[in-house]
This record gives sequence, C-alpha cells and structure tokens, in this order.
Amino acid sequence: MPDWLTQLLITLLKAVLVTFALLTTFAYMTLIERRLLARMQIRVGPNRVGPLGLLQPAADAIKSIFKEDLRVTLADKLVYTLAPIVAIGMALTAFGGIPAGPPQSLFGTDPWVYQLDAGILALLAITSMGVYGIFLGGWASGSKYPILGGLRSSAQMISYELGMGLSILGLLMLVGSTSFLRIVEWQAQQGWLILFQVLGFALFLVSSFAETNRTPFDLPEAEQELVAGYLTEYSAIKWALFQMAEYVNMITASAVMATLFFGGYRGPVFLEPFIPGISTWPLIWLLLKIAFFLFLFIWVRATLPRLRYDQLMRFGWKLLLPLALANTLLTAAFLAFGRGVGLWLLGLLSLAGVLLLFALSDRVRALWNTPTQRRDPEEAQVRPLGGD
Amino acid sequence: MRRGDKGRRETPIEYANFVVMLLVALGIGVLAVIASALLGPKKATRAKLMAYESGNDPQGGGVGTDQRFPVHFYLVAMLFIVFDIETAFFYPLAVAYQKLVPFVFFEAVTFVALLLVGYYYILKKGVLEWT
Repeated sequence: MPDWLTQLLITLLKAVLVTFALLTTFAYMTLIERRLLARMQIRVGPNRVGPLGLLQPAADAIKSIFKEDLRVTLADKLVYTLAPIVAIGMALTAFGGIPAGPPQSLFGTDPWVYQLDAGILALLAITSMGVYGIFLGGWASGSKYPILGGLRSSAQMISYELGMGLSILGLLMLVGSTSFLRIVEWQAQQGWLILFQVLGFALFLVSSFAETNRTPFDLPEAEQELVAGYLTEYSAIKWALFQMAEYVNMITASAVMATLFFGGYRGPVFLEPFIPGISTWPLIWLLLKIAFFLFLFIWVRATLPRLRYDQLMRFGWKLLLPLALANTLLTAAFLAFGRGVGLWLLGLLSLAGVLLLFALSDRVRALWNTPTQRRDPEEAQVRPLGGD
Repeated sequence: MRRGDKGRRETPIEYANFVVMLLVALGIGVLAVIASALLGPKKATRAKLMAYESGNDPQGGGVGTDQRFPVHFYLVAMLFIVFDIETAFFYPLAVAYQKLVPFVFFEAVTFVALLLVGYYYILKKGVLEWT
C-alpha cells in the first residue's frame, strides 16, 4: 500500500472517530445541560430513562430517527433538505483542526485530523459557511417565521463574526502565526495568552456566544418572539441535525477558546514541581478546559435574559467592533515601542482596559441599551413585515 | 520557517486531510437524513403540510410570495462585506507585524484610521440604529 494511501486511511479513521466523539458529546451535552439547568432551578432533571437519565440521549435520538419527516407545501425541496446537512457538516469539520496534543503523540500519529498553517483563517471560513445552513434553512421552509428567524440569525452571525475576527488580531500580532500548533507552543514558552490579551479574550468570548446562537444571543430561535425561528418547519432528524450543529459549534468554540487563550493541550506549568509531567498529560487538559467552557455556556444560559434584537446589533457594532480595534492598536503600540519592558506590561494594560469597561459600565451600557429615536406613528403603519 | 521554530510545516497531505474531514462530516448528515426518510412513517395530510400559523391559514411570507423585508438586513450585509475585507487585509499585517516594527505601527494606525472614518460616517448616518 503506498504511503499516502496509508496516511489518508489513518486520517479517515481519525475523522470518523472525531465525528462520533463529537456526536456522543453532543448527545450527553443535552443531558448534562438539562440536569445542570435543573440543578440551578432547584429541580432534578431527567432521571427516569436509565440510571441517572443516562439513556435519555439515546431515547431522544431514536425518537427523532423514527419520526415522520414532514416538508411543508411551500418549502423548496432541495434547499430544505440540504440546509441541515450543510449546518452539521460545517460544524463537524471546524473541530478537526484543533490539536489535542503535540505532534506524533497519538500512538505515533498526530492528534488532529488536519493541521493547516492558516488554521484560524480556515476555522473562521468554515464557521462562516455555517451561516448558510441556518439562513437557507429559514428561507427554504416556505413560511413566515423561519424566514424572519433566518434573516435575523444571519445578520447576527455575520456581525459577530467581524468582532471575532478582529478580537484575535492582537493575539496574532503577539504570536506571529495563524497555526494552532504554533500558538500553543508560544503559550508553552511565554505563558497563557489570556494573561496578555484579557480584553481580546473577553471580546472573543462574547462573540462566540453570539456566533453559536446561545443565550443571551439566541434570538434566531427566540421562542416567545418568532415561534422557533429557522427551526419552525423542521421535524425529525433534520431538526435534530440543526440542534446537533448548534451544540457541536459550542464544543468547537470552547476548544478554540481553550487553544487560543488557555494554553490548549498544555497544562499549567506551576504544577510541575508537585507532579512531574502533569502539564503534558495527553488530552486531559484540553478536555478539562473544554468542559469548563461548556459549563460556562450552560451557566450563562441559566443566568442572563435575552437581548432585544436592536440591542444585540448595537452591542456588536457599537461596542465590540471599536473595542476590538482598540485592543489591536494597544497590542500594536506595545510591540512597536514597549518591548524592552516585558510582556507583563501588555497584560496590565489589557487588564486595565477590562477594568475600565467595568468601571464605566453604565456609560457603556447606554451605548447599546438605550432605544434610539422613537418611530413616527405614520411610519410605523407602513413598515414592512419583519419588525425591528 | 524561522530558525528555532519547533512547529511543523504543513504538507500538501494536510489539505487532503481537510477534504476527508469535510466529506465524513457531510456524509454523517446525508446518512442521517436518508435513515430518517426510510424509517419514519409517511402519512402526510394537507393539514400536516400547512405552514405553521397557530392554526390559521398561513398569510404572507414564504418562498415565491412578494413579502418584503426591512432594508437593514441588506445594510448589515454590505457593512459586513466591507469590514470583513478590511479584516482580511489586517491578518497578513498582524502575522508579519513583529518583523516589521516599529515603522509598520504607523501603517497600522493609518489603516485603522481610514477604517474608522468609514465607521464614523455610518454611525452618523444612523445605519447602526435599528428603530
């Protein structure tokens, strides 16, 4: 067997493994989320299907496979079927680029499916493709609410994608590479990037909440406003595929945040004196960090109310975008003139930026929270359907 | 590759790996849809296939009807294209930044300033207001 064929077969195996790992994680994430939300509301959560409710995900999956797959009369047949496939395909592909260990550390092969030098750019490109799934799904449903949900969703996702792309510019300047591996290596030598890019991390965190359509930014599926947004006309496995895509995106976002800002698969070095080699334990650190962020996603869902659509857009464009640019310029200025001092100064400046934001939080909130000018009563009557 | 870099260099096979991952991911979706189409019951009735409208006959909306939507979504998309192109120009600058300082700092400032002029314009035009 030629060498390249062996390599491709290994990749195929890894891709299938990663896919099944992600799908299992998704299934159990739904259970964990329901259990945790229940705990936070002093309830118990699903505990009847299997011990501790552990078979609940299997029951849900079997139910969605065996349900009738409806397609409403006005739906566009081809696009309606393709949209969930695009959504889940892009969501799963995005995760393959995350390194889960140093090269050759997985039984002699690399612990990732693909590793491009332009890793971050590839990731951003794939997540942009995910927007197509949601928007086309909404459009092809041939009904009013899905279209509104799809429009809102795509506007939201592209807006926050901008913030996402801009908030990592400072990080890229520091590291000088877009490859995930290099970024992890840089952090192993110089310290976790969260230390020097607190502001950038805060912006990235908010953007990834909005990108994955989670509360407080889950407007596209705001049940009280738009029925279920782009999901309204979907049933059976297609509906499940969209849900799957959302949760897989959440897992990917957690992994990306862990890799970019929290040292990726490397553990904290200060633990080394106690247990030698602990900072390089394979996989465990990455999984721990992903689990932490997933918990954060659920915790925030239980805590924060949803934003109104105009607040959401103002938040993205008036706060996130200028702040991301400010963060970029801050890092740029430091790297140009302050390099002799040491990186801790940049960390301090970045932290000061976040603290300043908190100190001025009332002023800052006014940027996106106050309704702008009132609408004319006459104008209000002719406004097209679709609302604010 | 810079000297002293321990990072590995990407090989053409990485792109093949990427394609493999993409195909597997899309394949999962296709399989799921086919499985559901084969396994589920098929007893569609006219009422079942009606679009959702809380029990009423659906009005407006949908593909092929002349339902119109606010121009804001279009504006957001245009702004996104413009600003995303600016971001695309910024990535190479950011990656090569450390080799080019300090002069390139002023270039970066100029670039951001140009961006901000456009931003200020749309801000004052009220494009970022969703009333």
